[in-house]
Amino acid sequence: MELDSGNTAWVLVSAALVLFMTPGLALFYGGMVRAKHVLAMLMQNFFAIGLVSVLWAAVAYSLAFGGTGRLVGNLDFAWMRDLAGTAPPGVSLSIPPGLYAAYQLMFAIITPALITGAVADRMRFGAWAWFCGLWLVIVYAPIAHWVFAPSGWLFRRGALDFAGGTVVHVNAGIAALAAVLVLGRRRGWPQTAMPPHSLPLTLLGTGILWLGWFGFNAGSALGADALAVQALINTQLAAAAGLLGWLALERLRSGHATTLGAASGAVAGLVAITPCAGFVGGMAPIWIGLIAGAVCQAAVSLKYRFGYDDSLDVVGVHLVGGLVGSLLLGCFADTAVNAGGRDGLFFGGGWGLLGEQTLAVAATMVFSFVLTTVILVVLRAVLPGGIRAGEEEEEVGLDLSQHSEVAYAAERA
Amino acid sequence: MKLVTGIIKPFKLDEVKEALRAVGVQGLTVSEVQGYGRQRGHTEVYRGAEYEIDFVPKLRVEVVVADGDVTQVVERIVDAARTGKIGDGKVWVTDVEHVRRVRTGEVDADAI
Repeated sequence: MELDSGNTAWVLVSAALVLFMTPGLALFYGGMVRAKHVLAMLMQNFFAIGLVSVLWAAVAYSLAFGGTGRLVGNLDFAWMRDLAGTAPPGVSLSIPPGLYAAYQLMFAIITPALITGAVADRMRFGAWAWFCGLWLVIVYAPIAHWVFAPSGWLFRRGALDFAGGTVVHVNAGIAALAAVLVLGRRRGWPQTAMPPHSLPLTLLGTGILWLGWFGFNAGSALGADALAVQALINTQLAAAAGLLGWLALERLRSGHATTLGAASGAVAGLVAITPCAGFVGGMAPIWIGLIAGAVCQAAVSLKYRFGYDDSLDVVGVHLVGGLVGSLLLGCFADTAVNAGGRDGLFFGGGWGLLGEQTLAVAATMVFSFVLTTVILVVLRAVLPGGIRAGEEEEEVGLDLSQHSEVAYAAERA
Repeated sequence: MKLVTGIIKPFKLDEVKEALRAVGVQGLTVSEVQGYGRQRGHTEVYRGAEYEIDFVPKLRVEVVVADGDVTQVVERIVDAARTGKIGDGKVWVTDVEHVRRVRTGEVDADAI
């Protein structure tokens, strides 16, 4: 395919937009933790930007997109070799291959970063550093290969994932569940109140995520064309409907529409539309967003019933939202929107696509859950300080105990 | 000399300050405090989880006055701080043995 300057310009902007989502996520989560842990939360996210970028250039991009294997890539692009000038096998690009690698990097950064919301307030910083790097190489790279690389086994079977519903959200969501099961509950949970310390930060973070998501979804068209426009419209409508769906159910169940609910609902809608963004049209994004908003609103209560301390509801929003989107894609996908996709259940495609979507999320969940557990159990055994902050460190706050800083100096609390 | 201590709703501070200034009270100490009385706390809900907030934010205003001014000062604070709703706070008076102004060394009534 010929290089196209318009397409290149849009993907350049999209890469920057997707990078900006990780600081946005940091604020989204940072506002929800208590004041003594906010810097630790921001730091885990910013650290992911640093570590993942370097590992991506060294080996991770190559393991995700090199070669023609079914299960994992190879080392053809390792150490930046041929990375800038050669497209991954089977990928047809109208943008420079180096831009494709850079754009994919931004997805690889935010995926482990999503897990920080689950392990909040109790993981040692050193343990996070090791986990983030190992998880990128051992869990993210293979799953990205399965789904995004044309030679990957799920791609070959015809599973669809426009911008990372399976690779990013289901993957990070199930890893978050595994991580909190290994790590254990925060001290005092659920008896002690642990309310958000700054909802304005959370709402600012939500706004940044929403903005960045246009790069995430519309950028995944890899061109400045009608498909990108469709993806952008779908993204906006699903986020809006998710916000409304969450608030409606919340108002019904607890009597109030909350700002945290508005933020969470918008994110739930954005998560659910991610796999669908370039494959659905018409009113579908509104149904998908509404369903995701309502289902995720109900799902955040699950942690109290089953007793796992998913601090900021990564399971309830990202795993459940990702599942809702990936499975609804099997119903709403429409080849009239994107000839490169498939027809879902509601558009005459029968059960075939829904079956492939189910297989894709099931395989991702099993692989990610098992390997995340293994990584953390091994780290717990080999790291001198283990993976959890000590009782006193957790009590005084991770900001002071891990980083020797406090966020709000005037309060000294 | 007496110490008049008032626990008031935070948004009533300006009115209390003006009322005291109007009767010639020269100084005032204010601190942010938390507590509960008959008002108790309130409930906050975050993602469906209800939190009982037992302690609500209040302000503590303190002023040292001469014996003869006590009744007037207490009345002024009570009038200015009242909304008529539960949680308006409380005012109490305690004896003060001795007062010294740091800059000049003035003692007791002269130091107020």
